[in-house]
Amino acid sequence: MNAVDGMPEDRLLAVAAGRDVNAEVHDTVIQEPPVLEIDRFNLWYGAKQALHRITMPIPLNKVTALVGPSGCGKSTLLRSVNRLNDLVQSVRITGDMRLNGDSIYDPRMDVIELRKRMGMVFQKPNPFPMSIYENVVYSLRIDGENNRGVLDEVCERSLRGSALWDEVKDRLHESALGMSGGQQQRLCIARAIAAEPEVLLLDEPCSALDPIATGKIEDLIQELRGQYSVLMVTHNMQQASRSSDYTAFMYLGRLIEYGATTDIFTKPMLRETEAYVTGRFG
Amino acid sequence: MNSERPGRRVRSGHATLTAYGEPWIWLTGASLVTAIAMIVGLLAVIVARGATTFWPVPLEQVRVADGRGVLGEVAEREPAVAETTGSSGHGARRLIRTGDFDATGNHYEWIDDDAIVETLRPEWATVVERSEGGRLHGVPKRLLHGEEVVAEGAADVWTAFIAQHPAIRRRERQAQRIDKHDRGELQRRLRAARLEVVEASLAHGRDSRQVEEAEARERSLAHDIGDKERALDAATARLRDENAGWAIEVETGSGAIVAVPLASVVRGWQPNRLSLAGSIGLYLSRWGEFLSDDPREANSAGGVFPAIWGTVVMTLIMALFVAPFGVLAALYLREYAGSGPVTTAVRIAINNLAGVPSIVYGAFGLGFFCYVLGAGIDDVFFKASLLADGQPTFGTGGLLWASLTLALLTLPVVIVATEEALSAVPNSMREGSYACGAGKWQTIRRIVLPRALPGIMTGLILAMARGAGEVAPLMLVGVKKVALDLPFDGTFPFIHPEREFMHLAYLIYDVGFQSPNSQAARPMVYTITFLLVAIIALLNVAAIWLRSRLRRRFVSQQF
Ligand SMILES: Nc1ncnc2c1ncn2[C@@H]1O[C@H](COP(=O)(O)OP(=O)(O)OP(=O)(O)O)[C@@H](O)[C@H]1O
Ligand SMILES: [Mg+2]
Repeated sequence: MNAVDGMPEDRLLAVAAGRDVNAEVHDTVIQEPPVLEIDRFNLWYGAKQALHRITMPIPLNKVTALVGPSGCGKSTLLRSVNRLNDLVQSVRITGDMRLNGDSIYDPRMDVIELRKRMGMVFQKPNPFPMSIYENVVYSLRIDGENNRGVLDEVCERSLRGSALWDEVKDRLHESALGMSGGQQQRLCIARAIAAEPEVLLLDEPCSALDPIATGKIEDLIQELRGQYSVLMVTHNMQQASRSSDYTAFMYLGRLIEYGATTDIFTKPMLRETEAYVTGRFG
Repeated sequence: MNSERPGRRVRSGHATLTAYGEPWIWLTGASLVTAIAMIVGLLAVIVARGATTFWPVPLEQVRVADGRGVLGEVAEREPAVAETTGSSGHGARRLIRTGDFDATGNHYEWIDDDAIVETLRPEWATVVERSEGGRLHGVPKRLLHGEEVVAEGAADVWTAFIAQHPAIRRRERQAQRIDKHDRGELQRRLRAARLEVVEASLAHGRDSRQVEEAEARERSLAHDIGDKERALDAATARLRDENAGWAIEVETGSGAIVAVPLASVVRGWQPNRLSLAGSIGLYLSRWGEFLSDDPREANSAGGVFPAIWGTVVMTLIMALFVAPFGVLAALYLREYAGSGPVTTAVRIAINNLAGVPSIVYGAFGLGFFCYVLGAGIDDVFFKASLLADGQPTFGTGGLLWASLTLALLTLPVVIVATEEALSAVPNSMREGSYACGAGKWQTIRRIVLPRALPGIMTGLILAMARGAGEVAPLMLVGVKKVALDLPFDGTFPFIHPEREFMHLAYLIYDVGFQSPNSQAARPMVYTITFLLVAIIALLNVAAIWLRSRLRRRFVSQQF
């Protein structure tokens, strides 16, 4: 392995040439207690490597933003955390991740049990073809929970948690497909937090939404801060700087720099990072 | 001009015809119009002729130059045809339904327009619809009761007829019901007792005590039933005695006097005297008979109730079989089977199955369902019946086997449509479900199937429409020309899926092309077709309504 340290621009050129570089991971990140540890993780789609030796801890009860140009592997990394990539036939991985100390890629790990410990929200809202109520309590239903009292309580708590309760409390039993896009996305967030996940994975949750809906979801992420550990992909630098505690910059399947959001946006260690977050390339 | 900028390619100033595609619009539009015109034309013919069959038509008394007279409805008119080599032309002429079979031996007669001396519309011209022997047209002369003349002269006879006929007809129908239903019931019980004897001898040996007991039971039952039959005989004799002697005498168009027993008159009407309200009443009453009665006269008159019943029930049973099988097969193909050459081969095979001629399915149904499965069932459960009178129970065509055969025939349609519906379920929904920790089956059951349901319904609708109109395979596996015993009745076990049944589509073939009096049956063919199309449309509308409700619930997406 040929690690390159040197002038900042050299790093991107080296990455583009296919060589490995060491990520700049700030000490502030390492000092936090992690909920999720990604450990020398590689992933291939067939013969094409999409993730290169990613090593990063995700701090507990903090919001971590993943930024980087399109196609750099942010979604792939997110989908690897809850092993959704298992559904893609050509995927092959090495390395590991640990969720609160439990190895995610341990062959003995039950994927379904694992996914129950996480919540995920996708780029495009994907409410299920059922009522709003049933959408929210979906994860409880599949666990066989049928106690009306429990379900009602979880439904209200989750919808309040996703700032949707007041808008839908009178039509909980109408189809979720009749909601607006922004409402649908907040419904998906409610669905993701219903089972009190250890990690919440958000893949560009606002990319399909208008500014008002986006604002609501950003507020929501602010409120989730401190209660949930959030790993969020975003293309919107303002969003990353506003709503996250930590920011990781990825490029072509590598982690380039990772640190506290204020540091990344005001005094990054690398000039590439600065160039990207200020919009000068990407 | 762009001459100063030589680097730029100059495009021609006007678009060509192909750019706008004008000819293609015309071509595509013309094909659509042709298709619609053909379909609408077909439906219009069916509706126009099918719906008017029962409307009363005036009777005309036509006197021909050679002195003959004809009283009837004009069924058809033909313009003059010039003489050519090989065929001797004729002048303009009309086909008249004479209702004078008893005197002339013809139901219909061609009359040349030139030969007509005079045409009248006699006020009292009457159509007498008989339960046997077709219609009779004539003017009422006398109403008889044995030797006694009850009434004379058209008006009086008609008044007397209206007073007497309903009661007589009611008695006649009651006697028929006794003959058909009560007697049949006794025969069935006798046969059941006979079967018990055979069963006992199969189970315990020919000379066993059980056989003797069963035979004793049979004897006492036979004795019992003999008494009951005598009682029934007495009852029908009483009813028929009361009816005997009542007859109406009419003078037909040819001048013959024909007497018709009142018991065999289904109904009579005087089209030339009918008011609009009267016509409507008659029209509805004939539709009522058509929809609710058994057929008469080789299916060319009366009702088609058993066929309606057979068609609907068979289609529903077929849907009941084909839906789960088709959906499950498609689920496996789409959700579980990997994508390899085997899956592709299976898929191609299914698509090809949809193109196999339906008669092949009929042959398969007969060979496999009736002769293998059915014979096997008979061997195990109905052996006694087979031994007693050689009568197979399930080993021959019947409602169940016909439904299964059609289910097989329509299976490819359902599988293909279901697969399409499943693949139209967005992957994001599945992933969302997996991300919530759902397993594969949970995802299929809770997300994929509900979302795909409208598409699956579309497949089922297509399958039902195809199945309900299919004839060829049914002829092999259980449809009969006449099968008045419905597959559901009051005798244990109430449902008889092994029974043969009647079917509207087959009835069209039978009445239209196998009937001895095809000219008279023709209006009936239109009516049956009209009814079949209406039933299929009704089934489809119901299914489409269901689908749109499902779609509103599961599919509609708005932003
Ligand atoms: N199912 C797949 N099969 C093969 N290659 C894939 C697959 N999914 C993603 N890739 C490739 O992996 C790389 C990373 O993709 P990924 O979707 O993770 O990027 P991303 O950072 O999320 O991009 P974006 O910001 O546009 O969403 C891309 O080069 C993409 O082409
Ligand atoms: Mg992405």
